Amino acid sequence: MSVFHNVVVVGGGGAGLRAAIAIAEANPRLTVAIVSKVYPMRSHTVSAEGGAAGVAGADDSLEEHLYDTISGGDWLVDQDAAEAFVREAPSELLRLEHWGCPWSRQPDGRIAVRAFGGMKKKRTWFAADKTGFHMLHTLFQTTLSHPDVVRYDEWFVTSLLVDDGQVYGVVAIELATGRVETIIANAVIVCTGGCGRVFPFTTNANIKTGDGMALAYRAGAPLKDMEFVQYHPTGLPFTGILITEAARAEGGWLLNKDGYRYLQDYDLGTPTPHPAMRSMELGPRDRLSQAFVHEHDKGRTIDTPYGPIVHLDLRHLGAEVIDAKLPFVRELCSKYEHIDPVKELIPVRPVVHYMMGGIHTDIHGATPLTGLYAAGEVACVSINGANRLGSNSLPECLVFGARAGQAAAEFVGSTRSAPGAAVYAQARDAQRLLEREFTRHTEGHERIADIRTEMQTVMENGAGIYRDGESLATAADRLRELRERFDHATVDDRSRTFNTEVIALLELSFMLDVAQSIVACALHRGESRGAHQRTDFPARDDLRFLEHSLVHRTPDGGGRVGYLPVKITQWPPGERVYGR
Amino acid sequence: MADTITLQVARYRPGQEPEPVFQSYDVPLRKEWAVLDGLNHVKDHVDGTLSYRWSCRMGICGSCGMTVNGSPVLSCATFLTDYAPGPVRVEPLRNFPVVRDLVVDITDFMAKLPSVKPWLIRDDEPEPEGEYLQTPGELDDYKKFSMCINCMLCYSACPVYALDPAFLGPAAIALAQRYNLDSRDEGAEDRRDVLSSAEGVWACTFVGECSTACPKGVDPAGAIQRYKLTAATHAVKDFLLPRGAR
Repeated sequence: MSVFHNVVVVGGGGAGLRAAIAIAEANPRLTVAIVSKVYPMRSHTVSAEGGAAGVAGADDSLEEHLYDTISGGDWLVDQDAAEAFVREAPSELLRLEHWGCPWSRQPDGRIAVRAFGGMKKKRTWFAADKTGFHMLHTLFQTTLSHPDVVRYDEWFVTSLLVDDGQVYGVVAIELATGRVETIIANAVIVCTGGCGRVFPFTTNANIKTGDGMALAYRAGAPLKDMEFVQYHPTGLPFTGILITEAARAEGGWLLNKDGYRYLQDYDLGTPTPHPAMRSMELGPRDRLSQAFVHEHDKGRTIDTPYGPIVHLDLRHLGAEVIDAKLPFVRELCSKYEHIDPVKELIPVRPVVHYMMGGIHTDIHGATPLTGLYAAGEVACVSINGANRLGSNSLPECLVFGARAGQAAAEFVGSTRSAPGAAVYAQARDAQRLLEREFTRHTEGHERIADIRTEMQTVMENGAGIYRDGESLATAADRLRELRERFDHATVDDRSRTFNTEVIALLELSFMLDVAQSIVACALHRGESRGAHQRTDFPARDDLRFLEHSLVHRTPDGGGRVGYLPVKITQWPPGERVYGR
Repeated sequence: MADTITLQVARYRPGQEPEPVFQSYDVPLRKEWAVLDGLNHVKDHVDGTLSYRWSCRMGICGSCGMTVNGSPVLSCATFLTDYAPGPVRVEPLRNFPVVRDLVVDITDFMAKLPSVKPWLIRDDEPEPEGEYLQTPGELDDYKKFSMCINCMLCYSACPVYALDPAFLGPAAIALAQRYNLDSRDEGAEDRRDVLSSAEGVWACTFVGECSTACPKGVDPAGAIQRYKLTAATHAVKDFLLPRGAR
């Protein structure tokens, strides 16, 4: 049995919803389905706090946003993509305003913008410190005004259907019933977000298991720049809950155990009482997280049961500013740390936050597979290069979600090819394999959670903020072992009804693929650039590595790594300068 | 403080099992652990069949609403130590059909959402080049009602919804008001029939449990009361004034 839609969008977060609206607007006769393992308003876009960058002020220019993005990404950014991005970000943010997003305002009623890390000008639009939440709900509610956009809420996509390099749909499980369905489509847009859960300590929600990356990877599409994993410098210990960069943009300080603003020791500028752009606490995330490791090595962090920490000091901002600009920070600190940032220091440590890499796409969101598109964190266009700047990811979801939607709509309007017998045979095979997972019986008794926890430890130890050839080779070996152990993982739950254990099993298998691709890319890149720091190759090497990593999956789950030149249009590689 | 605490968790598969039963699990009692951490401990290490929803574990995605010791709460934002020495009774949200264990069926709410037209309605075509101006004061008029995370705690707490599932309910009405009170919106008239119907605001008997249960300070009860006043004013105008003067 199968159903048909012109376009299937996998994932209902910022990028997926934006893509669906773009298709509905481009061609109202097309049927669009959003297939997501959670209700759209549960998507992880909801957790984004600080804001969304788009040039807004008279003192700012697209050129400056472009330069900040390229230098922030340590010149691994495709400059044509970044040009399109900075050009279209303001109009996308404005469209969201027209759809009702409650952006914070200036006294005269115009949009307000705030400072952000690595940005030379104030250009970050914000809705207090719940920007992602408001953007997501605005987009979701706007899709409700398009009755032609249908949803498969709580459906988990398990594979893409591919024949001769073209994608024809997906196979998915309905969680509530365990029913497996084939959804045929002329085009598929993958918008499933990141994969932070392959690491033990992450800001990412439980659902961020790299599903879309693995789906595309298994279907034959290459992943790009997977070695670039962003650690955000300020996560709460134990939970990993994000304390937004906006806290520093509003004037917060990072202090070591001696109460010293240690960033001044790491070529990030000199302390000033008020925040200075592209300086100190407003430096880029990769550099700030690396500085933390050095402080730890010098014995200047504070040990806690949940790892070493430093302090984020907001006390000098006062209750009024904190309540107006950072209310969620105060709420989260109170709830999860039992402290009040108006009077107390916030304990923080670096935490895995964002994946610069992802499914290789062009600037229209198209992957090398015909009919397959990707947008948002799951994709790598690349506008983020080796390190994403804070507040560039939300507008990326909008700009490239819209572009992918428009490109898919155009493709669907022009394509005549229909799925052949091979596609239906593939769908039947996929269904049979899935049926087996529900009755999975293994000799061993490996628990899913044990394998998952070990994978996360392997990733942190082998591919953390600093890596080297040895740590990565060890990680690669351990991941291969874990893949063998995965075959012996047991499932307690034999029910078809809302079986979250089978879903966890499938997610773990996706995560193992993603983890292996990260390690493979990191092993091959013998240089240090942005978020990829190799202690055995401490310098950037533009002669050898001004290139994107491109990894194809091999049948054993490993990756074959190749390279693709970075597109440089106007800014040749230069030094990254912050604070001077 | 004891090392462990007992969770008594409701287990149920309607249609396959005759009635819910409570299963007890001892989980570590740690200062930082939310009720959700206890459930995850069970799922990961003790019993993989336990079913519940969760995602962000920071109180913003709205997935993990449950009834804990009789009250509707977000299990990621409610802590085990608050219930020490226990036991902690964990049940699905009330007033919804149970899908399985702690997972409830919210399709009724999802179907009602579009009926209140929760999107910005404007007559102007095409869109203006710049933003619609909105002062911080105008933003404050509806801001509170825009904070709803659709966690369903208010429906679980609402005695009216318990008796009459056709009631539009607190979150949907608050969301309608979020747009009605937005200075950029011109759709109040389009939402009027649904809100003013017998299953709209007038079904509410103003018990106020919804606002007590809300983890985000949305105050749906306030939204409903405010709309009753609007609707009553309209009704009086409709009665007294000729059509053109309303």
